[in-house]
Amino acid sequence: MSQGFPILSLVTWLPIAFGVAVLALASDRNPAPARWTALAGSILGFAAGIPLWTGFSLAAGGAMQFEELRPWIPLFNVNYHLGVDGISMPLILLNSFMTVLVVIAHWEVVTEKVGQYLAAFLIMSGLINGTFAALDAILFYVFFEAMLIPMFLIIGVWGGPNRVYAAVKFFLYTLLGSLLMLAAFIYLYHQTNGSFEILDYHKLPLTMTAQVLVFLAMFMSFAVKVPMWPVHTWLPDAHVEAPTGGSVILAAITLKIGAYGFLRFNMPIAPDASHALAGFMITLSLVAVVYIGLVALVQSDMKKLIAYSSISHMGFVTLGFFLFNAEGVLGGLIQMVSHGFISAAMFLCVGVLYDRVHSRQISAYGGVANTMPVFAAFFVLFAMANSGLPATSGFVGEFFVIMGAVKVNFWYAFLAATTLIFGAAYTLWMVKRVVYGEVANPDVAALKDVSGRELAFLALLAACVLAMGIYPKPFADVMNPTILELLRHVTASKL
Amino acid sequence: MNTATFSLATLAPAIPEIALLAFVSALLVIDLFVADRDKHVSFWLAIGSLLGTAFLAGSLVGHPSAVTFQGMFVADPMSQVLKVSVLLAVAATLVYSRVYLEVRELLRGEFLSLSLFATLGMMVMISAHHFLTLYLGLELLALSLYAMVALQRDSARATEAAMKYFVLGALASGMLLYGMSMVYGGTGSLDIARVAASLAGTPQSQTLAVFGLVFVVAGVAFKLGAVPFHMWVPDVYHGASTPATLFIGAAPKIAAFAFVMRLLAQALGPMGADWQQMLAILAVASIGLGNVVAIAQTNLKRMLAYSTISHMGFLLLGILAGTDNGYSSAMFYVLTYVLMTLGAFGMILLLSRAGFEAEELEDFRGLNRRSRWFAFVMLVIVFSLAGIPPAVGFLAKFAVLQAAWESGFGWLVVFAVLMSVVGAFYYLRLVKLMYMDEPAGEITIAERGDMRVLLSVNALAVLALGIVPAPLMDLCARAITASL
Repeated sequence: MSQGFPILSLVTWLPIAFGVAVLALASDRNPAPARWTALAGSILGFAAGIPLWTGFSLAAGGAMQFEELRPWIPLFNVNYHLGVDGISMPLILLNSFMTVLVVIAHWEVVTEKVGQYLAAFLIMSGLINGTFAALDAILFYVFFEAMLIPMFLIIGVWGGPNRVYAAVKFFLYTLLGSLLMLAAFIYLYHQTNGSFEILDYHKLPLTMTAQVLVFLAMFMSFAVKVPMWPVHTWLPDAHVEAPTGGSVILAAITLKIGAYGFLRFNMPIAPDASHALAGFMITLSLVAVVYIGLVALVQSDMKKLIAYSSISHMGFVTLGFFLFNAEGVLGGLIQMVSHGFISAAMFLCVGVLYDRVHSRQISAYGGVANTMPVFAAFFVLFAMANSGLPATSGFVGEFFVIMGAVKVNFWYAFLAATTLIFGAAYTLWMVKRVVYGEVANPDVAALKDVSGRELAFLALLAACVLAMGIYPKPFADVMNPTILELLRHVTASKL
Repeated sequence: MNTATFSLATLAPAIPEIALLAFVSALLVIDLFVADRDKHVSFWLAIGSLLGTAFLAGSLVGHPSAVTFQGMFVADPMSQVLKVSVLLAVAATLVYSRVYLEVRELLRGEFLSLSLFATLGMMVMISAHHFLTLYLGLELLALSLYAMVALQRDSARATEAAMKYFVLGALASGMLLYGMSMVYGGTGSLDIARVAASLAGTPQSQTLAVFGLVFVVAGVAFKLGAVPFHMWVPDVYHGASTPATLFIGAAPKIAAFAFVMRLLAQALGPMGADWQQMLAILAVASIGLGNVVAIAQTNLKRMLAYSTISHMGFLLLGILAGTDNGYSSAMFYVLTYVLMTLGAFGMILLLSRAGFEAEELEDFRGLNRRSRWFAFVMLVIVFSLAGIPPAVGFLAKFAVLQAAWESGFGWLVVFAVLMSVVGAFYYLRLVKLMYMDEPAGEITIAERGDMRVLLSVNALAVLALGIVPAPLMDLCARAITASL
């Protein structure tokens, strides 16, 4: 193993260090130093991650790269072990990129306790990178749980009227799941005679009963995070009450950690249980896709609608994973990244409107295109992407998942494909009511089109959505070797 | 064992205790000549005595075990580490309590000398190698604490708390003595090593020893405040003046850990299979009841009392594992728990002022508006108590849980883990009050610099130990391995 320059430590700790600096600089009267420091921190954090992409070796197969290994708690053989493969590396970059957007997006919007707000995001960004990079179970757990604290504060302090309820619900749901996962880690630790290495767990033979229990304990943790139906109820609450930045990070990144957990933990550690429970997982995923899609249709609150749409799209991701073929897993992964861009863009669009009118209700708008033509163009583009239009990133993932599903069972594919209809229905119907038609009221008539700052992040996201939709090959190239390696693990029985 | 000769060298292992006794005696005399307005002289003398003793005890760290006073007293690596921790915890307690006591004119020689005598009692307990020494230390500690709670003469609540504490404490001591006498009947000795040797071989009466064990465990549970022997904890925590609560909540837990180790792990170690099951019941009841009842509390001191009960349940998880791994995890747990308790009660003392006790949860409302830093300090401590990383509370829980799992108590681990979620709720409520609500009334923060600095260091230590736990964990592991 080469212990080169510790890039992964840098992308983990740099944002956290900047977060602490922002906290120190924070002043309620003059937020400018905190803002600029946060912007510098987020950009440097993203820049530090670029070598991960450029230096990523496609020839390495599914092996871990950029590894760092140091003892952390020698008594329990817990190591500070970081490394990335084709699954985690794109997610780290996605997260670092979103952090920059969130910092830009907050600029004129958040005026209260600015320093603490930005510090919470930067610290969380670092913790999320750590979660994706951790190869030691306890290290993973520490990052995974520590993330709850800034998120709890973001929702609870800067959120809407019902924010405390949403924050507590989010916290307790996630905690319940993750503590069961901790119990599973302790079990695996004793099974491997004292190892917390996630990769050791991949090779550990387990009986069927043990696999099922381990699977379920981890399932509790990750299903809440994804969130899968029926443990999704915290998400609409949290989203509606979170500030725009919080929604972006929540939808674009933290949901992905749940799906990532299935790939990193559930499937390789308990492959036989995964196969045995695949029907169960696919059913839950399809319920999310179809039922939650219908729920989204009747929402009158834009953020709630996008929140439900997120659950529905994440159902696609978990569906793809539990098909156990390369198309499905690749489709799920691409859908994860793509959904990161699109949901972030949708939430930011709603944020743009909310900052002007202070309402999230669809009925408060109408004819926005007349007063905000540039914004309307972007909003329509992202809405199209959200409903899976070809040439946008939304299409690629869904297409692959449906292809994978056809191979397994036609009816899976059939039900999954309904999302193309429901997704289009709820998204476009919302867009129609908000953007088109006559100018509905004086508020809308007084709207000003996007500022340069808003244009910057919308254009950036639009470029990502289109680039990934038209030419997804770079992503697929990075992910494919890892997926093949993963499937090799998952198909080999451990019994 | 050599009984005839006496030389000064045989006293060497007990030098810290002897020094502390000399310091207290000197303090008692000096304090008589210190005018009421100059009580800070006595205060600094007390701090000096504690730190001086801590230095002496610290210089013994790393020495091999030594038994003296005809087998009554042992100075082993575990005892040195625990003694230094006790002394530092008491010193921190005094620093935190100073302003509160000054304002209420309680900072007199009595409080300081009682603190030091209680400390001496704890040190004797920690180093006991004989049931009588153990009992002697325990009573010295307990009597000082009863008096300390009762010190606020004109407070009906404090008097009631002192009375309850005294009556229930005396009952527990009685049980303990009864149990010890039966163990004596069963094994023919009160010496810890000999009791263990006798039980490991063929004791005179196994039945009698087991019977004694039950009473010993009940006595221990009383002192720890484990359910169903927990009734005194909320009332005493609530009723006593906050400095007294802080004192009771912090350092004596370390002594109680030593007490359990000496009695159960060392003396009655061969009967592990018997007491493991008893402790398992105590742990389940404590973790369950402590976490559930804490939710209903509106008084922060009462809430922390129930939180203590559940933490003692977690501590028992480590001990009932019955392995070196478990004991050292429990030791790590108790040391870090004391650090957190000091911080939590320190915050209450920081916000208290003349005529106002900041002991209701509501008193923390909107603290983030008033002081970002001290809201953060409390945030770290509260999340640590809840067991959320990266604060050290998580690693402490993790250590005892894995030890309990290793010894086959998997179901207990799952139960404890589920109860932690319940526990998180009431800790979150405190964070919510501090960060998400607007201040209702005025919040004042004590100006005293030493207290603010120490409290900040305390919280940073909670955080730092969570990130770099290895040195302290190794220290605990080495101390336990070398002492058992």
